[in-house]
Amino acid sequence: MSSDWRYGLHEHKGTLLAFAAFVLMFTIYATNHPAGLNANVATTAANKGTLLAIVAIAQTMVVLTAGIDLSVGMVMVLANCLASTVVNGSPLMTALGVLSVLFVGGLCGAINGLIVIYGRLQPIVTTIATGAVYYGAALALRRVPGGDVNSSLADALTGQLPGGIPASLALLLGLVLVVWLPFRRSAVGRAAYAVGSSEIAAYMSGVPVRRAKFVAYTLSGILASAAGLFLTLITYSGEASAANGSTYTLYSIAAVVLGGVSLFGGSGSAVGAIFGALMFRTIGDLLFVFNVEPLWQPLFQGLVLFAAVCLGTARLLRIRNRLDLYG
Amino acid sequence: MDESRAPAARLSDTFSRRSARLWKNADPAIAWAYGCIVLVLFVGSLYSSSFLSPEYLLQQLKVASFLGIIATGTMIVILLGQIDLSVPWVVAVGGMMSTAVTGWGPFGDLLAIPVGVACGVALGLVSGVAVAFLRIPSMVVTLAVNAVAQGLMIAHTGGFAPQDASSPAMRFLATGHSVLGIPNALLVWIVVGIAIAFLLTRTTFGRIVYAIGNRERAAYLSGARTRLVVMAAFALAGGLSAFGGVLLAGYASKAAQAMGDPYLLPAIAAVVLGGTSILGGRGSYPGTVAGVILITLLQSILSVMQIEEFGRHVIYGVVIIVMLLIYGRGRPHSE
Amino acid sequence: MPLFSMSGVTKRYGGVRALEDANLAIEGGRIHAVLGENGAGKSTLIKIMAGVVMPDEGRMVLDGAPVAFASPAAANDAGIACIFQELSLIPDLSVADNIAISNPPRRFGLIDRRAQRRIAEQALSRAGGENIHPLALIKDLSLSRRQIVEIAKALARRPRILILDEATSALTAADVTKIYGVLRRLRADGLALVYISHRMHEIVELADECTVFCNGRSVATFAAGTKTDNEIVEMMIGREYSAVFPARVPRAASAASPLLEVRHLSWTERLSDVSLKLKAGEIIGLGGLDGQGQRELLLALFGVLRGTTGEVLIDGRPVDITGPDVAKRSTIGMALIPEDRKTEGLMLPMSVRDNLSFAALDTLSHWGVVDRAAEEDAVDRIVRRLAVRTDGTSQPAGSLSGGNQQKLVIGKWLMTRPRILLLNDPTRGIDVGTKQEIYGLLQELAGAGAAVLFYSTDYDELVGCCDRVLVMYDGAIRRELSGDEITEHALVSSALNVGSEPRSEGAPHSV
Repeated sequence: MSSDWRYGLHEHKGTLLAFAAFVLMFTIYATNHPAGLNANVATTAANKGTLLAIVAIAQTMVVLTAGIDLSVGMVMVLANCLASTVVNGSPLMTALGVLSVLFVGGLCGAINGLIVIYGRLQPIVTTIATGAVYYGAALALRRVPGGDVNSSLADALTGQLPGGIPASLALLLGLVLVVWLPFRRSAVGRAAYAVGSSEIAAYMSGVPVRRAKFVAYTLSGILASAAGLFLTLITYSGEASAANGSTYTLYSIAAVVLGGVSLFGGSGSAVGAIFGALMFRTIGDLLFVFNVEPLWQPLFQGLVLFAAVCLGTARLLRIRNRLDLYG
Repeated sequence: MDESRAPAARLSDTFSRRSARLWKNADPAIAWAYGCIVLVLFVGSLYSSSFLSPEYLLQQLKVASFLGIIATGTMIVILLGQIDLSVPWVVAVGGMMSTAVTGWGPFGDLLAIPVGVACGVALGLVSGVAVAFLRIPSMVVTLAVNAVAQGLMIAHTGGFAPQDASSPAMRFLATGHSVLGIPNALLVWIVVGIAIAFLLTRTTFGRIVYAIGNRERAAYLSGARTRLVVMAAFALAGGLSAFGGVLLAGYASKAAQAMGDPYLLPAIAAVVLGGTSILGGRGSYPGTVAGVILITLLQSILSVMQIEEFGRHVIYGVVIIVMLLIYGRGRPHSE
Repeated sequence: MPLFSMSGVTKRYGGVRALEDANLAIEGGRIHAVLGENGAGKSTLIKIMAGVVMPDEGRMVLDGAPVAFASPAAANDAGIACIFQELSLIPDLSVADNIAISNPPRRFGLIDRRAQRRIAEQALSRAGGENIHPLALIKDLSLSRRQIVEIAKALARRPRILILDEATSALTAADVTKIYGVLRRLRADGLALVYISHRMHEIVELADECTVFCNGRSVATFAAGTKTDNEIVEMMIGREYSAVFPARVPRAASAASPLLEVRHLSWTERLSDVSLKLKAGEIIGLGGLDGQGQRELLLALFGVLRGTTGEVLIDGRPVDITGPDVAKRSTIGMALIPEDRKTEGLMLPMSVRDNLSFAALDTLSHWGVVDRAAEEDAVDRIVRRLAVRTDGTSQPAGSLSGGNQQKLVIGKWLMTRPRILLLNDPTRGIDVGTKQEIYGLLQELAGAGAAVLFYSTDYDELVGCCDRVLVMYDGAIRRELSGDEITEHALVSSALNVGSEPRSEGAPHSV
């Protein structure tokens, strides 16, 4: 029994490392912040972090199955534009609006999944193409930025809880408890891990490969649209920004890699990805605190992404038979 | 076979064999692509008769040249079975660095184009080394290189629109007309196209590229220097993307933020539409040419028909998916 | 009445008879061993029992009722579990997750981890894996442990018949002994066990009955202990000598120094301290059971494996071969005909011409530009020399038959004029006619001064072609047979680790 926790530690080491790294970075940030860490600063930081974190969870779902979703950013933008239109009015209308946004996100994810599963197309090109379609839809909804969102909902989720804790963190925790943990502990969630780890072995073992992929892609879409909804709550408007979409897609991959999720599939956790996202965001803030020109921030983030990708995927070091490197 | 008779017999053999080969191996995808071009032209002509005028067609070919050069690089990488997602900002690097160098002292004008291209080659080399030697999946490493390139350019330009002007040479190549009124940009594309087509079909490098795309294991076990070829291919693609950026900057007389963004998706679409398999190992340059022209015409007809920007994106996406479903599917588990 | 029986089962793949009129009867509470050479039909038999393939003819009867299995799941449901050599474990998941992968216990819709762990622990102890922690990840376990988990996974489904195909091949000696205990306990529980193995001593330890397969037929069934080892070996070999081998060409005197010399070559645990000498004009075979390091040895020589220790000398000079590109250089002059022609030897969608010229492309081009006339010339010559049956050189290589495809692979390497030819089971799955041509070619090349080293799973070939045969076991060369010593009997016996001289009395072998 005593060795149990050691196995748990080993299995989750990526996540734990990400957590430790984030805590370290955030501590440096908080202690060096000129204005001190007050509740407002924390809330703004938390909101930005949560936004990326939700997209990172979405990306994790797909990456676990050894796929990749380059359309998450565009689904987020689409949801943003849709939410700025429908998440308005009376509480009932607002609730329906929220549901419809999530539904559209799920639909986008499902389409991705169906094309990958039944069309047997590579996820990368599929999601580049579907991303374009979803962006087009976003543009159709909001040719120019505008719209509005229910302000009480916005205040509730982007403001602070009693005690100064940012509400967005509570939202994040809620997502983990209600979406991630049940997924991970369910048979279909484990099937997703199995598919990513070794699709052939999974197939031979009778694991429901197609169902696992479909659920993963659909959940990814729902989460991406949740991120878009959250973005609307922050900005009070919808904008079909292609730059935003591709940036968030890219950053979600960085977050996932930093969070210890393997890009080859089969291992890692959305919790790790969340810390990876928060870490990634904190890099920008750290640069600010240390008076690095804001101009250098994107370069820094790019270099971090590059380093993370190289470290996370370089297989050369462990391979003894070079034939194994060539598929 | 009688040795004395063999050479003459072989020559005519070769010619008739080659033409027979051409017909037998004609890729149906290319035929489709050229057919679609005819279709688009026909539909366009229904809107406006000037759609078929030589001036308009020449103008379209000129616009296509920029995409054509960028897509050439994309094609080489896709032939390997990889993908290059660093196109957007490598294009921008090409444009911005060449315009920046133009302003640097007496040799600026001369160095502008080579420096721009060299920057692209350097970025491509980074991707190439990572893919070939570290075996990092190309999609993530090129995404990362794209991000780094963006970071470099933002730091360089301060986030503002770059004010540097392009060199006269760049403007000449991009906007001038020399021979018979044919736009220089088109001539440049033709030259580049012929060179790359030659490289792919007549050199050992090209053979190894196709071999890697078909079966990298077998190419490696046959003693081909697969890693060098992969690295060189990415470097070449980077150089071509940057060159596209140089020409674009010449066309607009200056560079612009995110100038390469509108080219990634159309480049992939053009390559895929032209019959190049996304899995690698199959495809020919005439197909990519057809794909580029088709995309350009599509774009043009969509604006003539006054379909809004959003329609364009949707159509790109749908077109790529449909083409992939026809030509780029994987194998089912039972096989 | 037997629990399970097969009668008259036939399975053909194309023109090859994998199984012909095979019979087998399995009783509950007994261990039935299945013996036979490579290609004798054992794996096909097992695949049919386990529902992976369907027979062309014949019946299967389970509990007195006829059955047919359309899929592995169907066989599982009927109570037949099979442990194949390729493991079906998910590397990134834990042992418990893997054991309960297909139908986990659930609570409130989620996986009940505690119940799952209990199932795993039970299955593990039943399989002799009590010291394997249920939470350990598969990828962290040794091959031996993974094999035990695979057995536990099969047992968790509570089968009535358990088939083990070379189940001990990956196990350490200690684990093997443990498995014997496990199998005996399962037998006492009433399970019927079908046990395929090459290892004679295992059969002796465990089996109650044995059936010998030869050339796709079930030759004999007998109670264990009633036949001597040598009688069994004879049963395994006894078949028509269908191949005729070209006479061995007398070759250059053996006073010459070795062309290729290997000293103390080792690599991970798959190759240990291999030393050999290869002279120009010699044909040397690698024998032994499948998977004893023969393939790895050839790959190591060709530079594909990283981290090899030991020395390789060409013409007496030490060389460092870092990859196939170095190996094929004219100073070294090696060529490797790889194991799988479809995925390692050829680019199937590319033309015959492109495939043939690929390894020698540098010699057919100037400054990187391919000289098409020279290429066409060289390709035509090779096609004629090897008599490749193809509809022109522009045909995709994938359209050729297996034998002709193999000729392409060989032809590709002949164009580089190799001095050392390494072949990895070159005639597997090829028709007899082409095989003859390849044997003749090998003799021709050796006669011209090349050194040939080849691994074959076909004992006939080793007998008919080789000057010497090195029998490998567990990554090392255990025996060397030369000239007239090379007989099929000797090969099979040394592979099975049994003395090669037939015993005079014919008494049963005692442990």
